[in-house]
Amino acid sequence: MTDEARRAPRRTRRLGGVAIQIGLVVLVAALAYGAILNAAQNLARAHIASGFGFWNNTAGFDISQTLISYSASTSTFGRAFWVGLLNTLLVAAIGIVLATVLGFIVGIARLSHNWLVARLASGYVELIRNVPLLLQILFWYHAVLQSLPKLRDSIALPGGGILNNRGLFLPRPLFAPGFAVVIGAALLGIVAMLLLRWWARRRQAQTGAQVRVLWPALGLVCGLPLAAFALTGFPLGFEIPDLGRFNVRGGLEVLPEFAALLIALSVYTAAFIAEVVRAGILAVPRGQVEAAQALGLRARSTLRLVVVPQAMRVIVPPLTGQYLNLIKNSSLAVAIAYPDLVQVFAGSVLNITGQAVEVIAITMAVYLAISLFTSSLMNLYGRATMVVER
Amino acid sequence: MSAIEQDSLSYLRRAPAERLSPPAARAGLFGWLRANLLSSPANIALTLVCVLFIAWAFPSLLQFFFIDAVWSGADREVCLASPAQPHPGACWAFVRVWFSYFVYGFYPTGQRWRVDLFFLALAFGVVWLLRLSAPRRDLGALYFFVVLPVLSFLLLHGAPYIGLSVVPTALWGGILVTIVVATIGIVFSLPFGVLLALGRRSDKPVVRLFAIGFIEFVRGVPLITVLFMASVMLPLFVPEQWAPDKLLRALIGVALFASAYMAEMVRGGLAAVPRGQYEASRALGLTYWRMMGLVILPQALRVTLPNIVNTFIGLFKDTTLVFVVGIFDLLRTIEAARADPKWAAPNVAVTGYAFAALFYFVCCYGMSRYAQSVETRLARGGRR
Repeated sequence: MTDEARRAPRRTRRLGGVAIQIGLVVLVAALAYGAILNAAQNLARAHIASGFGFWNNTAGFDISQTLISYSASTSTFGRAFWVGLLNTLLVAAIGIVLATVLGFIVGIARLSHNWLVARLASGYVELIRNVPLLLQILFWYHAVLQSLPKLRDSIALPGGGILNNRGLFLPRPLFAPGFAVVIGAALLGIVAMLLLRWWARRRQAQTGAQVRVLWPALGLVCGLPLAAFALTGFPLGFEIPDLGRFNVRGGLEVLPEFAALLIALSVYTAAFIAEVVRAGILAVPRGQVEAAQALGLRARSTLRLVVVPQAMRVIVPPLTGQYLNLIKNSSLAVAIAYPDLVQVFAGSVLNITGQAVEVIAITMAVYLAISLFTSSLMNLYGRATMVVER
Repeated sequence: MSAIEQDSLSYLRRAPAERLSPPAARAGLFGWLRANLLSSPANIALTLVCVLFIAWAFPSLLQFFFIDAVWSGADREVCLASPAQPHPGACWAFVRVWFSYFVYGFYPTGQRWRVDLFFLALAFGVVWLLRLSAPRRDLGALYFFVVLPVLSFLLLHGAPYIGLSVVPTALWGGILVTIVVATIGIVFSLPFGVLLALGRRSDKPVVRLFAIGFIEFVRGVPLITVLFMASVMLPLFVPEQWAPDKLLRALIGVALFASAYMAEMVRGGLAAVPRGQYEASRALGLTYWRMMGLVILPQALRVTLPNIVNTFIGLFKDTTLVFVVGIFDLLRTIEAARADPKWAAPNVAVTGYAFAALFYFVCCYGMSRYAQSVETRLARGGRR
């Protein structure tokens, strides 16, 4: 067989491949073109504007929780977008912290030698994982928080808080100008602590002598800001919420919607994080622990120097996946009208402007950006902690 | 110590050793208790905390859901606090009265046998497909992915020319809709997910690009936004007269969403098939599709079956989100029934949610046990 003859079928196959790819591009382009044409027609028929001009128009609707100043009569749709996004990030950030703490506790409890603890933890995981999140959110909101006492019979919490079915009202911290010094001192303390740790590590690497840094570090991190706080004359006051006849005035208001969403998200995600943590700890071979014990490491050092670093390498990637899930799941807020990004933007703004394409595209772009950003961070982490084979 | 004499340098023991006390029992109830619950002071404290928690939680749950529960009645009166029952428990009467609504929605009463038949046909298909020892599972797949969808459409939607009156989807509701959404999700997402996974591993750059773009896009956004897109934007993208009905839009959204997740699972399975299998089938002269269909996919799907079931559990829970775009799934029917002023009683919400939770828990827990059993079986097969 000549060279030419052998290559012939291969070339036809490659040509076939190119034809398929061109066909695919043409098909997708045609679909997109048809969709755009239809959309333009349908929008024109419904007299809906297109483009992003609405961004600077006055919103005209109220939002129940705003982290930045916002008013229905003067603020724009763009401002409403930022309010919604910040609300999403707020519930997601606090939820991630709570879910992580709870998830690690439950995950470790599942591996406990105490039979009862392990059973309770696995019961929690099975129950929570097999019930839809939306149902749990509705449960916390309608069944638990709405059954709190009415305004008249509010529960007074120690320290001046008030709890009723309109929400939780906490003393609002009021920062006097001198408080900036305290924050500066806290930052300084953290930097000093990091320096101290770096110095201790270097010293151990050079001389082998271990330096106990725990108490000095704690002193720096807590002591410095406390000292600054005392020196500047305690520049912090509290606005205690005041229970009136028809509403609660002043104080820091925690909406029941926020609380329900936060509890449900944390409890739900914690069950998944517990599984991740359990799998991570189980993934460390027993031989590693035995070898560490044979080298004479104590139980705590074994955990800190051998087990945790290896388990974390297995835990962190799926853990990040759970964090992303939590952020995406926070969009379920729309079911109980917590003003998150989806509720404010893909809900209210979409209904008022009718510009579905633009609004949904922006909403999706935000979530996409968050998840792409996180996964690129994850890749960096994966590269940094990859096992170096020697 | 005196048993060994120092001066004679003899290591022979002259006197019997002192008796040791018998070791703590390892077996039996007390041994088990000591090892698992009371091995150290900290452990004893933990056990105590757990026992206190259980002693507090379980009796009150039992009290609320069973002992104090109201089992029958026609309206809210029976579930309200009264001198006869100062602390009424769960209001099961509410669930009993609304039960057929929770299962069928507003599906016409005379036609409900069609829904029952659909449930039966579906259960038959599921058992055929999921029992690893069932005969002719290839026919089972054909039944599940081709025959069943057509049959279900004819049954549920109706076809006047075979004597079944048309029931518009606006009347469907409850568990029926939940199951329909989940089933359509799996029936479409599995084949589509396989195609996407193959596309992602394809050697053709354009195909790969589209597959990766689709998968990563869908996995990066919440299902709610996909559902919003399907329900708000889809009608814009097609000519006005073709605008799909509300349930169909949600189904499209769920199916697209699920297929991206399914694709990632299948991709994992494809990666688990050894390279030698590809090379061997190439060496035998199989074309790409025959290689995939006869050699690679059967192995890949078998390995990934537990993951597929787990993805399906996620999909099943996610069907509740169609609630948000106004479809009457189980959760929405419960919300609707709860809002009925005839049933405005304090414990109605909890009871409704408990009922829904029980339904979802039984389904999802059953599926996850199945996935685990398949996993153990596969692991056993792999060890041979």
